[in-house]
Amino acid sequence: MIAVGATQETDVAVACRGVTKAFGTGEARVEALRGVDLEVPLGRLTMLVGPSGCGKTTLLSVIAGLLDRTAGEIQVLGVDTATLSGAEQIAFRRTHLGFVFQQYNLLPALTAAENAAVPLLVGGVARRRAVEKATELLEVLGLGARRHALPAQLSSGQQQRVAFARALIHAPRLIVCDEPTAALDVDTGRRVMALLTHVAVRPDRAVLVVTHDNRIFDFADRIAHMEDGRIVGIETPRKEAA
Amino acid sequence: MNFVAVKMLTGDRSKYVGLIFAISVASMLMAHQASIFGNIMWRTTSQIQDVRDAEIWVMDPRLRFVDEIEPLSDNDLYRVRGVEGVEWAVRLYKGTTRMKSPEGRLRAVVLMGIDDATLVGAPRKLKLGTLADVRRPDAVIVDEAGYRDLWPGQPLTLGRTLEMNDRRGVVVAIADSSPPFLSVPLLYTRYSQALSYIGRERNQMSFVLVHPKPGVETAALTQRITAQTGLRALTRDDWAWTTIRHYLANTGIPVNFGITISLAFIVGAVVAGQTFYLFTIDNLKQFGALKAIGVSNRRLVGMILLQALIVGGIGYGIGMGLAAAFFETTKNLIALRGIVLLWPVMLGTGGAVMVIIVLASLMSIRRVLVLEPAAVFR
Repeated sequence: MIAVGATQETDVAVACRGVTKAFGTGEARVEALRGVDLEVPLGRLTMLVGPSGCGKTTLLSVIAGLLDRTAGEIQVLGVDTATLSGAEQIAFRRTHLGFVFQQYNLLPALTAAENAAVPLLVGGVARRRAVEKATELLEVLGLGARRHALPAQLSSGQQQRVAFARALIHAPRLIVCDEPTAALDVDTGRRVMALLTHVAVRPDRAVLVVTHDNRIFDFADRIAHMEDGRIVGIETPRKEAA
Repeated sequence: MNFVAVKMLTGDRSKYVGLIFAISVASMLMAHQASIFGNIMWRTTSQIQDVRDAEIWVMDPRLRFVDEIEPLSDNDLYRVRGVEGVEWAVRLYKGTTRMKSPEGRLRAVVLMGIDDATLVGAPRKLKLGTLADVRRPDAVIVDEAGYRDLWPGQPLTLGRTLEMNDRRGVVVAIADSSPPFLSVPLLYTRYSQALSYIGRERNQMSFVLVHPKPGVETAALTQRITAQTGLRALTRDDWAWTTIRHYLANTGIPVNFGITISLAFIVGAVVAGQTFYLFTIDNLKQFGALKAIGVSNRRLVGMILLQALIVGGIGYGIGMGLAAAFFETTKNLIALRGIVLLWPVMLGTGGAVMVIIVLASLMSIRRVLVLEPAAVFR
């Protein structure tokens, strides 16, 4: 288990300083991130917004430890993940991070409850206990009656809620969401975001959402605007201002 | 996570069934063909195996296999009897000749002439009649398959007559002999009677069958006989394997069966590999999600190997069941009697299936190992 918590004192879940990420070499070299400075506070829902290709998803992947940065510093929950071995990075993600993907990426052969239970199963929790806990969480998310349904038998909004349950089940300190409403209509998207805000945002947890869907910006506590691989502005909408 | 691996596998019914089908057919074909091959090779030695009284076969040193006869002289028999450690040594005639049934049909037969006094070399198991009756004039014993071939559709009856070299033979017993390599009737008679059926040749003794004295080591005695007589002496098993090796080296049988077995292996590996690879590709996003969530490469490889083991195990089981069912169904057919699913073949097929599923999963494993978890965000 990697010791985390240093950032609790500063209430910062993620701290990026001069982070760069380049793909390719020579003339083919492309800089996706060009010195990103960003702080993602605990207890807040932070949105990372910007036009397509500005580097939002790359930054999310680097923060989540799915991509190595080229330069700069990143502290996630007080840990510089670059100093961790491969196995430690995997264990860190498994323990402290929750993921919500644009296409949900639920396992089609597993029921809703089983899908939500996957992080617990990965962590070694017994199947029965894991599914029980997932069922409880699905109840909270309003999907208790659909716990036995396969993903193909669920609507897009329901699938996204199962994905939320999967991201929350192991009580991670940082939840990263990639375009969580991209595949949803406006009403469903807003309902899903309201649910996410309600169940995910906690004082000891940060939620980082990558999106270009301006219809859900009002759910954010902070909005970081990205352009061309850089953070060009931090906006604090009315929620935090209030 | 094993349960996740199993559900991922069984959730995609068409590929799951396809994988099991491919491995079932491949393992059934491999086991089926290899068993028939093994049994046919064993059949080449059936007349050696059926002689259980003598441990050592003595023959002309130029002999390469049991169906190739270089006659010995009576003097050779006496020289063998003179070797220290030999308890007894008797004549055996083995040859092919033609017989004429009362219906006038000419048929090739294998004729075995057993020692008149001791009846060493006679078949052990009789379906009808008694061994003692072979001492009666013109007595012959015919194997059951030969009887049914000579008198098709007729009940097993003693007293039927046949003719060889213008001499009469009377069926006094019907033997349950091991199936011969060639599907021709197998006749047993006394050595002296056999010579009358053959005629003309000066030396007709095919083999000398030897039994060692108590306490004498068989292998040592074979060496002593060879050294003292210049003849070739082999234990029963050595002689059987010498014959099998001859057929392996000098016939197209192993090549033909080998091609079928190889094709079954290759087709099984290709179809299973391709289907398994497609299964992995279809689930690549899910594997990526699992990687992102924190499933290690080692565990993912374990999941893939578990999936491969499941389809391999089920496919192998079905394949062996089908092969066993075939042999069970055909065990009473004359042409296929005695052909069974051999346990070494089952083991070998199991090994081949293991290789198939490892090959099938290698591509999938590689694809998952090189998969970047960040790809799940694209």
